[in-house]
Amino acid sequence: MMWAILSVLVENKPGVLFKVTNLFRARNFNIDSISVGVTENPEFSRMTITTIGDDKQVTQIMKQLDKMIDTIEVKRLDEKMSVYRELVLMKIKVSKPSESMEIMNLANAFQCKVHDVRKSSIMIEITATPDRIDAFEELVKGYGILEIARTGICALPRGGVDES
Amino acid sequence: MEKMSGARSLMVALEREGVELVFGLPGGANLPIYDELYKSNIRHILVRHEQSAAHMADGFGRVSRRPGVCFATSGPGATNIVTGIATAQADSAPMIAVTGQVPSKMIGRDAFQESDIIGISNPIVKYAFQPQDPAEIPEVVKKAFYISATGRPGPVLIDIPKDVQQNEAEMNFPENIKIRGYHPWVDPDIREIERAIDMLLSAERPIILAGGGVIISGAFAELQSIAELLMIPVVTTFKGKGSFPENHPLSLGPIGMHGHAEANKMMVEADCVLAAGSRFSDRSVGTFEEFEKRLKIIHMDVDPAEIGKNQTTNVAVVGDVKASLRIMVKMLIQKAIKRNGDYPWLKRVKETKEYFKENLKIPDHPLAAAKVLRKLREVLPHQSIVTTEVGQHQMWASLFFDVIQPGTFFSSTGLGTMGWGFPASIGAKAAKPGVPVLDIAGEGSFNMTENSLAVSVLDNLPVIVFVMNNFSLGMVAQWQRTFYNRRMIGIDLKNCPDYVKVAEAYGAQGIRAQSVEEVGNAVKTALKSDVATVIDIPIDPEEDVLPFVAPGTPLKDMILPS
Repeated sequence: MMWAILSVLVENKPGVLFKVTNLFRARNFNIDSISVGVTENPEFSRMTITTIGDDKQVTQIMKQLDKMIDTIEVKRLDEKMSVYRELVLMKIKVSKPSESMEIMNLANAFQCKVHDVRKSSIMIEITATPDRIDAFEELVKGYGILEIARTGICALPRGGVDES
Repeated sequence: MEKMSGARSLMVALEREGVELVFGLPGGANLPIYDELYKSNIRHILVRHEQSAAHMADGFGRVSRRPGVCFATSGPGATNIVTGIATAQADSAPMIAVTGQVPSKMIGRDAFQESDIIGISNPIVKYAFQPQDPAEIPEVVKKAFYISATGRPGPVLIDIPKDVQQNEAEMNFPENIKIRGYHPWVDPDIREIERAIDMLLSAERPIILAGGGVIISGAFAELQSIAELLMIPVVTTFKGKGSFPENHPLSLGPIGMHGHAEANKMMVEADCVLAAGSRFSDRSVGTFEEFEKRLKIIHMDVDPAEIGKNQTTNVAVVGDVKASLRIMVKMLIQKAIKRNGDYPWLKRVKETKEYFKENLKIPDHPLAAAKVLRKLREVLPHQSIVTTEVGQHQMWASLFFDVIQPGTFFSSTGLGTMGWGFPASIGAKAAKPGVPVLDIAGEGSFNMTENSLAVSVLDNLPVIVFVMNNFSLGMVAQWQRTFYNRRMIGIDLKNCPDYVKVAEAYGAQGIRAQSVEEVGNAVKTALKSDVATVIDIPIDPEEDVLPFVAPGTPLKDMILPS
C-alpha cells in the first residue's frame, strides 16, 4: 500500500466535485485528502487528491477518473519531483504563562505563523509537508490541542518535470 | 437563430437527431414538453410504468444501435426510470432519458414531486445534464446523443426544470460540438495488434472470447474471419452470445456460471485468449485469480478503464473492437497468415464438443427446458430478434437456444433486471418492425412489467412472450435447493395469474402449450398473429439449470447434470 498524490484537472462547474468523490465511494477507493481550487484558467479547477492503494488500485482510480467526461487531465505526482504542502490551523492550550513562550519558540523553529495569542490559547498556522506537520503536532500535543483544521494536500510538479 | 421555448427546442433538437419515436408517460413537470410533442411529428408510445419506458428505449437502442429516447416526469416518474437507466449502463446500451424537473426556484425546497435525479442517477449514467437556461437545450441534446452513442455507449440523462421548458430564448442549433474531456475515438495501436497475432500464433491452445463489444460494434464478419483464418475456437460471454453463429463448427457457446460445458472446459484448458469487447465479469470468469492463471490474455476494448480492471493482460488493444479486429484481419491477409485446422488443440476441442453433445444429460420431463427451447429454435426464423427476462429461462436460453444470425439476441446480462425482456422486446419491435420479436420469459420476471401488453396491443407492436412457467422464482428456488438445504421461502408464485387470461384481458392472444409439439404450433400461430401473443408453457418447477458454476468458484469446478 502506498500513498499517491493525484493532480486532476476538471471542468470548473457545479457538481464535478460531487461526481469525483462519488466515484471514489462507488468504486470502493479511499480519499485521504482533497483540495480544490480554480486554476489560472477560470474554466478549470484543479483537484489534488491523496489516496492510499497499491499500484494496480491507483492505476485503476486514475483510469476511472480519466473516463469521467468532466475531467481534462489526470496525473500522478512523483513526491520527489513535486512540491506538496498542506496548511493547518491549530489552537493550542496554554495552561501557564511560561508555556506561551515555549509554544511560540517551537512555532518559530517550524516557520509557523502565530495568530490570536490569548491567555488560555494560541493559534498557530503551519504550512508544510504532512510529515513535518505530524512532527510539529507531536511536539505540541503535550500542551493540549484544542482544535485543528487541515486543508488537505495541494501539489504541483516541479518546473522541468512537465515541460520535458 | 429563432426564438422558441425550451420545450420546443427539445423537440426540434430531437428531430434533428433523427428521433421518430419516444417512450414515455406525462406528468405535471413535463407537460410543456408533452405540449410540444403534441405539435411535433415524433410518435409517442404511452407506457404504463416509466421503468418500462426506459427498458423500451434500451431495447430500441440495442437493436438500432442509436439511442432510444424515454420521457418521464419529475419525482416518482424520474425515480421509476432509475432501474432502466442502471440496466442500460450495466450493458452499455445507448439511451437518452428526458425528465421533467420542478421549476428552478423550487429546487431544493422539497417541492411536490421533486427528486434529485441528477444526484440519484450519478453513478449509473454515462453523463447527466440539467440545463439552467432554455438556450442551452439544443447543445445539450446534441452532446447527449454524441456521448450516449459513441465510444462505450451508455445512458445519458437530461433533467429539465419546468421553467426552462417554458421560457423562450433565441435558439442556435449547433452542427458540431466539442467536449474537451471526452475522447471516444482511439486509434488501435498497430504494434499491439502485431504482438497479439504473434501471441495467438505461438500459442498451443488459443481461444477467442467474444464479448458484448463485438455485438455493440457489429464486428461479426471480422470476428468470423479471424476465427476461420487462424482456426481458433470461439467462446463468448453471455452478453456476447450470438456474436458468432452458434452453429459454426468453431463455436463453443457462452462460458460462465451457466456456460456451455464444452465452452467452460475449453476455456480452462486454453493457454492464450483473445478477449474482444469483454469486461471479464465475475459471472463469466468464475474467479478472477484462477481464470488468469497459466493464461496469456490479449484484451481488446474501447474503454481503457476495463484494461486490467478484473484481469491482468499481456497485450492490450484500446479502441473500437470492430476497428481493431479489422486491422487484425488485414494484417493476417497481407502477411498470408493462415492456420491449418488439423492441429492437436482443435482436435481436442472437436472431441470435447462431440462428447458433451452426446453425453450431457437432458431431464426426462416432456417439457424439459432443452426440449422446449430447441423446438423454439426450430420454428423461429433466424433473423428474429430474441430478448430474455432474467432467471432460469434466461440461462436455459443461453444453454439451449442457439443464435444463428449474429446480433439478434439481447438480455439484461449485467444488472440482471427482472422485467426487462418484455418492454425491451417492444422497443426492439419498434426499431425493427419487419422481423419477428420474441421474449423468452419466466413468469416471475414477465409479471413485473406485463402491463406493457397494453402498449404492445394498442401501439401495434406485436411481440411474442414465450413464458416458461414454473410457478416460482425458479433461480432463487434452485439456489435454495442447492445451497440452503431445500429451505424454500419466498419463491412460490402459485400459478397466479393465469397468463392466457392476462393476455386476453389486454386484447392480446393467449395460448397454453402443454407439449413440445404444442409449443411449436403455438409459436407458428403467434408468428402469423397481428397482435401480441403470450405462450404459457407449464414446465417442471424442479428443473435446475445445469451445468452450473457456483458463485465464487472457478470455471473448472463446473457442476454437470448427473
